[in-house]
Amino acid sequence: MNNKFDLFDILIGNKKDIDFNHKPVIIQGITGSFGSTHTKLMKEYGTNIVAGVTPGKGGMSFEGIPVYNTVSDAVKETKAKISGIFVPAPFFLNAAKEAIDSGIKLLVAIPEHVPVLDSLKVLEYAKKNNARMIGPNTPGVIIPETIKVGIMPAKPFSSGSTVVFSRSGTLMYEVSHVLTQAGYGQRLCLGIGGDPINGTNLLEVFDLIREREDIDSVVVVGEIGGDAEEKLSEYIISSQFDKPVVAYVAGRAAPKEKKMGHAGAIVYGNYGSAESKILNYSKADVPVAKRPIEVPDLLKIKLKK
Amino acid sequence: MNLLEFQGKELLSSYGIKIPRSYLAYKVEDAIAGAKKIGYPIVLKSQLQVGGRGKAGAILKCKTEEELIQKFQELLTKEVNGELPKCLLVEEMADIKKEFYLSFFLNRGKRCYSVIASAEGGVEIENVENKVIIDIQNEGITPELVSEITDKIELKGNERKEFSEFIIKLSKLILEKEAELAEINPLALVGNGAFVALDAKIILDDNALFRHEDLKKYEQLSPLETQAKENGFSFVELNGDIAIIGNGAGLVMSTLDMVTDAGGKAGAFLDFGGRATTESIYQALKVISKVRKIKAILVNLYGGIVRTDLVAQAILNAYNDNTIQVPVFARITGTNSDRAREMLKESKAKLYNTVEQAINSAVNY
Repeated sequence: MNNKFDLFDILIGNKKDIDFNHKPVIIQGITGSFGSTHTKLMKEYGTNIVAGVTPGKGGMSFEGIPVYNTVSDAVKETKAKISGIFVPAPFFLNAAKEAIDSGIKLLVAIPEHVPVLDSLKVLEYAKKNNARMIGPNTPGVIIPETIKVGIMPAKPFSSGSTVVFSRSGTLMYEVSHVLTQAGYGQRLCLGIGGDPINGTNLLEVFDLIREREDIDSVVVVGEIGGDAEEKLSEYIISSQFDKPVVAYVAGRAAPKEKKMGHAGAIVYGNYGSAESKILNYSKADVPVAKRPIEVPDLLKIKLKK
Repeated sequence: MNLLEFQGKELLSSYGIKIPRSYLAYKVEDAIAGAKKIGYPIVLKSQLQVGGRGKAGAILKCKTEEELIQKFQELLTKEVNGELPKCLLVEEMADIKKEFYLSFFLNRGKRCYSVIASAEGGVEIENVENKVIIDIQNEGITPELVSEITDKIELKGNERKEFSEFIIKLSKLILEKEAELAEINPLALVGNGAFVALDAKIILDDNALFRHEDLKKYEQLSPLETQAKENGFSFVELNGDIAIIGNGAGLVMSTLDMVTDAGGKAGAFLDFGGRATTESIYQALKVISKVRKIKAILVNLYGGIVRTDLVAQAILNAYNDNTIQVPVFARITGTNSDRAREMLKESKAKLYNTVEQAINSAVNY
């Protein structure tokens, strides 16, 4: 695990930085329909999108944002360290490697249907070059009211002191929305991704926030498949993680050996089952909501203790 | 994608891995003909994607043709965990000296490929204590790690050499074909000193299929699954009578849980993904309309960026051209919801502000 990596430093920086709360971001695949729609929305939200990359479209501009042929050109001009990657899955591996080669330190990998071998290769390459990938198959990351890099709508989120980590996009919106309504704003909401391989996994995101004084609690939105929640429970116990944690696990009623929408949401035998996750959470004293709407109530109880 | 045993073995064989002589049979005549060529006794194996065939009695030994005829019918109509076989495999009896275990798999927790080997095969690996688990590089297994495995399972001489080759071939297969799992259990050492794959469980990465023309033939989608796939939907057919559709896998899963908690039975899971347009929702309703015994359609849409009047239009279109007749219970929050309500006033669709209300109405309908 790379302990030096500081997500907040990359996303917003320090008070002494000229571009504090205004860090430059580039978008790979900016001229695609998906990339262009969300570039507009991110810009509206206040994200400082400084450049886009689409091979063959260098010299163009989109919404006043210059488009370059290569990531290297875009980075040279803008000094961006963050890239939102919106390219189709078959092009993801090369796009991600190009970003890392060009000095990008945070890759927000939006595409769904990336082959797992490509994710493994990017992960390895990122580690070697001291970069970090969030996703793939993630809605992205948002620091409410400051920056969003991803496809999440703005409405559910408000600034505050809890964080939401989620394996699902829409459930991240749903849970953040009920938290906001109940008065629990968020310091950070981050989509781990719905794939079997996550560039930044649950243990790593917990490491990123455990020492932060501006965060008082964590909400984990999980689902069936794999053993991320089981490993997290062990981590909470063994590392004596001391912020209150509340969880939700989707897929209790899902049949076995069927992929439930996400490539990573599949149960084999007891491996990846909701029962296993809920059982392990209970060992770590993490309450699990039965429905998304119950999350704020459980958080309230946990915060009072 | 979960391969059937015979498909998995075909793939193994293309990597030079030895498999028993076998014939695939859809009809009893094929089985009889195959068994004649092999010579009795033979093993008759149900071709299923679900695990636990042996325990469920879906692998049977036949000593005579009479026995084969009788057991063929028995297996062809025998459901295992809800799955019926389309075909059976007629296979020679291997002359087993010893059974081993070998698998390569995508290790989600450690984020790499790993290999498990054991000198105790033929049983579920979860129940075996004496096994070796080693993580490998994305480029494949190294000779050092192969030696480590053969050391730990205490193989010597020719057996060690043969097993090493087996490991290397399987390592090549999993990375070249982009499988998430390639499990050989049992891997038998037979009379002539060769190692033979007596079973094969291979799961391929669906997302990598676009660059594997040769593997596309293994995709066995039902007509409905094909239709859903063509539209970019995630679709799972279930046994109940309420179809659940929504935008986002997690959201639809969560809705499925809540429907089940409320005493309902889901008949379909459909996630139409990130973008909700009139056309995509109409197409989703079209897929759902072909699922058997659906009495109600539950739509759970996370709004925010969804224009609900476009959703309402899709539902209206599906009623107007008779694509659907059953009532729709929809939880739709987002922009233009007053207009959406107005549009659907005369139809069999009902709109709700909370998913709980929509679920209760659908379950109690």
